[in-house]
Amino acid sequence: MLCTRQLSVTLNRRKILHGVDFSAAPGQLTCIVGPNGSGKTTLLRALTGELPFTGEALLDETPIQSLRTEELAARRAVLPQASPMAFPFTVLEVVRMGIGGGIALRADAARLPQLALERVGLRGYEGRLFQQLSGGEQQRVQLARVLVQVWKPVVGGVPRWLFLDEPVAALDIGHQLQIMRLAQDFARRGGGVIAVMHDLNLTAMVADTVCLMQDGRILAQGRVADVFTDCTLGTAYGCSLRVSTPPPNGGVFILPQAAE
Amino acid sequence: MIAAFLPRPLAASGDRSRPAQLLLLALLVLLLLTSAVSLAVGAADVSPLNVLGAWLSGEEISIRERVILFDIRLPRMLTGLVIGAALAVSGAVLQGLFRNPLADPGLVGISAGAGLGAVSAIVLGSALPATIAAAAGFYLVPIAAFLGGWVTVLCLYRIATRAGQTSVATMLLAGIALAALASAGTGVLVTLADDAQLRDLTFWGLGSLAGASWVKLLSAAPIMLAGLACAPLLTRALNALALGEAAAMHLGISVQRIKALAILSVAASVGAAVAISGGIGFVGIVVPHLLRLAIGPDHRFLLPASALLGATLLLAADIAARTIVAPAELPIGIITALVGGPVFLWILLRKRGLVDV
Repeated sequence: MLCTRQLSVTLNRRKILHGVDFSAAPGQLTCIVGPNGSGKTTLLRALTGELPFTGEALLDETPIQSLRTEELAARRAVLPQASPMAFPFTVLEVVRMGIGGGIALRADAARLPQLALERVGLRGYEGRLFQQLSGGEQQRVQLARVLVQVWKPVVGGVPRWLFLDEPVAALDIGHQLQIMRLAQDFARRGGGVIAVMHDLNLTAMVADTVCLMQDGRILAQGRVADVFTDCTLGTAYGCSLRVSTPPPNGGVFILPQAAE
Repeated sequence: MIAAFLPRPLAASGDRSRPAQLLLLALLVLLLLTSAVSLAVGAADVSPLNVLGAWLSGEEISIRERVILFDIRLPRMLTGLVIGAALAVSGAVLQGLFRNPLADPGLVGISAGAGLGAVSAIVLGSALPATIAAAAGFYLVPIAAFLGGWVTVLCLYRIATRAGQTSVATMLLAGIALAALASAGTGVLVTLADDAQLRDLTFWGLGSLAGASWVKLLSAAPIMLAGLACAPLLTRALNALALGEAAAMHLGISVQRIKALAILSVAASVGAAVAISGGIGFVGIVVPHLLRLAIGPDHRFLLPASALLGATLLLAADIAARTIVAPAELPIGIITALVGGPVFLWILLRKRGLVDV
């Protein structure tokens, strides 16, 4: 379980998050949505231990601040928004960076990078230079690296966590679905996934729990059908949105409405 | 020998550790050969092989041969070896830290800062309380150079890096400004120096290995070796830093601690090197760059390979400096600049985009 109480973040003397009570359960895909500047990424960065904050944040009952960098790395992995690469590493070398320093290398560790690349659909890319790949391919290589870091979703009864910051922003629709399926699969096998998302329809399709943010606060949190209503989405995004249920399978979809 | 590794297309596996290990072995052999040549070449006609043969067969070795070989050539060879390794590894560490292949201890003013430290120690050392001066002894100049280099890297990092991002333009420009400041300070101290100190300064500022001696080597080598000893602790962290500071932290790297260690390591290596030989440029940029072309940027291999190739290159440059205009000598800095300048321009041309940020 990951939960925060009265979590606040101040950056450059500006308060970005105002006492956020957020929670996410392992075994679920939790999506954080909200308009630009609502504090989604800041919340994620606080949860990953990257930003200092006030208030309380517990990762499986341990305060996040009390965990050392290596201990955090053994329990959670983070997919950043975009990462410029400084030197000409090969794809295999990048994915290998996910193999932990603290965790003793097991015999099958050598095969993990290949398996991870296969999962993200980049088999055969091992020898390519990371810098020469397209944005979408780079994002999938990074995901493979992150998957290697927390390969087993549960270790010794303790869940591990995946933090994804706009994981599908640079991807085409086929790869968007592929990546979100991988995230769902990680959650199904007992791990926790928290993803910052922009695409409301994709979120409605894959999320188990959704957290809607506005102006550094949580506006609504819960199941998709409860959070995604005309009223809450309209308030959060400041525009008229219509939430409907299409006939075939009863999923939720959101359509923008022209101003009247 | 190195060229054989250069244009090789990447293996489909993406795993370059095998060629990297082979290259390390080849570089080790090359370094041993170069060291042997360095011992054999010189103004006087003394062959280490003859001396070795004589020693093995129990013959008397003449005092002349012993002095030339063990008191002149051997400390000079060892000095060149340690300095070359220290400069090349510092370059590679600095480039990993700044996430940029253009960082070089000479270019960004660290050598100048270390020089200011060394000159301060020579000129102002007599003003120190006698107890401190006596305690520091021969180590005074190398330690002062290390402190000067350290302050320079700290300033440089503070100026050039904000929120984990390094601006290349700021880094190079700040390096120019810091180097100018340090040279100005050095100039002031030189004016203040008395005659005896001026002689020391000239001796020090030769920018060559000509003044190498056991005393100098033993005073500076421990500091350089301490700097080099940090390198194995930095390899995984420098690899992860290539992804950015946040990503390195997510991978379990204590980024602040690693940065402090890297800066200390560079300052120790460059400072002590400058204390013996003055500024020797370009070794720190040319060596890692060539090696990245051959075996890739993985610091687990890049740092040891830099140590071996840096030592080899500096010994080769010293051999050239001693023989080209024999019996006179060229300053070794001229040789490294002649080789390094064009290579640096070549890197600039290939990576023009990096500088225009």
